[in-house]
Amino acid sequence: MGKLKSLADLKKIREEARTRLDLRVKGDSPEGLVQVKVAMATCGIASGAKPIMDFFVDELDKRGIGAIVTQTGCMGYCYAEPTVEVQLPGQEPVVYGFVDKKRADEIIEKYIKNGELVDGIIPVNYEKID
Amino acid sequence: MSKFRMHLLVCGGTGCRASESNLIAENLKKELEEKGLSNEVQVIMTGCFGFCEKGPVVKVMPDNTFYVQVKPEDAPVIVAEHVIKGRPVNRLLYVDPKTKEHVSDSKHMGFYRKQIRIALRNCGFINPENIDEYIAREGYAALGKCLSELTPEGVIDIVKKSGLRGRGGAGFPTGLKWEIASRNKADQKYVVCNADEGDPGAFMDRSVLEGDPHSVLEAMAICGYAMGASKGLIYIRAEYPLAIQRLKVAIGQAREYGVLGNNIFGTDFSFDIEMRYGAGAFVCGEETALIHSMEGMRGEPTNKPPFPAESGFMGKPSNVNNVETFASVPVIINKGWEWYSSIGTEKSKGTKVFALAGKINNVGLIEVPMGTTLREIIYEIGGGIKNGKKFKAVQTGGPSGGCLTEKHLDTPIDFDNLIAVGSMMGSGGMIVMDEDDCMVSIAKFFLEFTVEESCGKCAPCRIGNKRVHELLTHITKGNGTLADLDRLKNMCNVIKDTSLCGLGQTSPNPVLSTMANFMDEYLAHVTEKRCPAGQCRDLMKYTIDIEKCVGCTACARGCPVNAITGERKGPHFIDLEKCIKCGACFEKCKFGAVLIN
Repeated sequence: MGKLKSLADLKKIREEARTRLDLRVKGDSPEGLVQVKVAMATCGIASGAKPIMDFFVDELDKRGIGAIVTQTGCMGYCYAEPTVEVQLPGQEPVVYGFVDKKRADEIIEKYIKNGELVDGIIPVNYEKID
Repeated sequence: MSKFRMHLLVCGGTGCRASESNLIAENLKKELEEKGLSNEVQVIMTGCFGFCEKGPVVKVMPDNTFYVQVKPEDAPVIVAEHVIKGRPVNRLLYVDPKTKEHVSDSKHMGFYRKQIRIALRNCGFINPENIDEYIAREGYAALGKCLSELTPEGVIDIVKKSGLRGRGGAGFPTGLKWEIASRNKADQKYVVCNADEGDPGAFMDRSVLEGDPHSVLEAMAICGYAMGASKGLIYIRAEYPLAIQRLKVAIGQAREYGVLGNNIFGTDFSFDIEMRYGAGAFVCGEETALIHSMEGMRGEPTNKPPFPAESGFMGKPSNVNNVETFASVPVIINKGWEWYSSIGTEKSKGTKVFALAGKINNVGLIEVPMGTTLREIIYEIGGGIKNGKKFKAVQTGGPSGGCLTEKHLDTPIDFDNLIAVGSMMGSGGMIVMDEDDCMVSIAKFFLEFTVEESCGKCAPCRIGNKRVHELLTHITKGNGTLADLDRLKNMCNVIKDTSLCGLGQTSPNPVLSTMANFMDEYLAHVTEKRCPAGQCRDLMKYTIDIEKCVGCTACARGCPVNAITGERKGPHFIDLEKCIKCGACFEKCKFGAVLIN
């Protein structure tokens, strides 16, 4: 990019640069964002959690959904890996098991976009202390 | 994957770099490379996070995990555990001193909870050597707004209404300063940035320049537009190599994008910035001395008027503002004066950056709204006094300021309140002292600094401060009399009233304020020849309690001047003639038999 000749040029750079800073801005104020946590312990990784995580990162971005995708350790549902915890703003988190790309796609389209529950929910039987 | 999924922010401020944060970033990159994660995880060097006590700091985004006191060799475990498996590395998390629990999110730390970051908004968030990251944070939008929507008068009006006052110390209204400079007509005018940060212990200007240099460049251009100047000069001390390097990079990038140079954003406004290096003299923070130094003359102040706004650099109208003042300007233009003036107190608007130092748990850089109390800063943000000792005083405003005590802890801090209680804002240095500090010695320490830094032009400052320092030395050696105390006070007042510039007019403040608040300590030194804090070596006497002495000979063997005699298993004695009061025996004795009086 050469010289900025107008405010429109500045705006263009700003829009581009913003996407690169997005992670930090979202992380700084996660309130109001969808939070997706992919279990990435040994069991998760062995069952293919990595491509699922990449899928969420790429697809949520492509589909323009404001979300934070992070990893977490083993949630204890090793039989159902890859597992993914999804928390919509202001709601209780929901854990999905046996997540493949097809199910991940469903989770994004149905649950994250419209709040409709999708197959594969693991009943959460623990409490978390923050 | 097309996009980074994680950012590792490594503090690249001078403090953390001294603890090898460079190497941490390098190791993280190497480790990510080895694990094939370089395309997924980005390592970014940012400016100062402020929590220097716990540096080096590494922050993981978007998880918002804040790692403290990271070592270069911790890089593999951060990558293996956090980056790959999503498990925070507990041992590198901050431990809350009260609850003893690990805190992963900086928002839940006492140190950050009360802060509002305006001048430091981008420090620890963006890569200071990347103009795009600054632009992503509304960078240069304020300049764009000024050039396209506002007249120069309109800009000045906003700055005036915001209530912004100079952050360099005196607190002169910034908008008014700009207005005066704009009224003076000349073929050439100058915008000068004062980056000659000289207060011992203050490093906010350095951190802003290291962490967010573009905010200063943008504000200088805005000021240039407002007052009709096309040239900017940054006067920075050569002792700040990292800040200089980052400024150079920033100026280069700004020129490349054309936000500095001719016809900015296609308008007929042109502005460019150059740098001038200072040799680090305290007096050059005074604006007339600063200008003389830039002109290649001796760094000495001259009488005002004429003010720099009439006749400044090369005799042309010039406007001098401090780094922190400039850094606040773009936000004010973007968010509006109403927003800015809603923060702070009636006469001091906005926020102020303070450098916490001394006997305090959380040493570092903080930014709080004006009107925050000393108690909140010292106990909530600063985490209280080190080692559970008792608070004694806090020195604000550096060598020109005064010492405040327990009874001032609930004073809301702003420019006027601090002056009312006998200190000043200064550039925002805050040195906390505990019960072990001798207030006479503290006053002497600051006088030593002003004697050294006095330019020597006017007699009250050159001779007076020297005499005051001599008197204080006299007192700490146990030779002072009550008449000396009167003489001291008298001399301080004369220096204050008759010195030419701010340096001399404020240099007696540490003496006057400690005399006002800690007269009992001065009296103890003079009448009882005793230092209550046990700091003044000449007033100390080491003796051995023969009841407690078991005759282990540890003290005698540790004494560098062989002043201790005694038989093995028998009581020992210190020869006071030979004793140099080094305290070696006191440290060696395991039985508490060595006494200090």
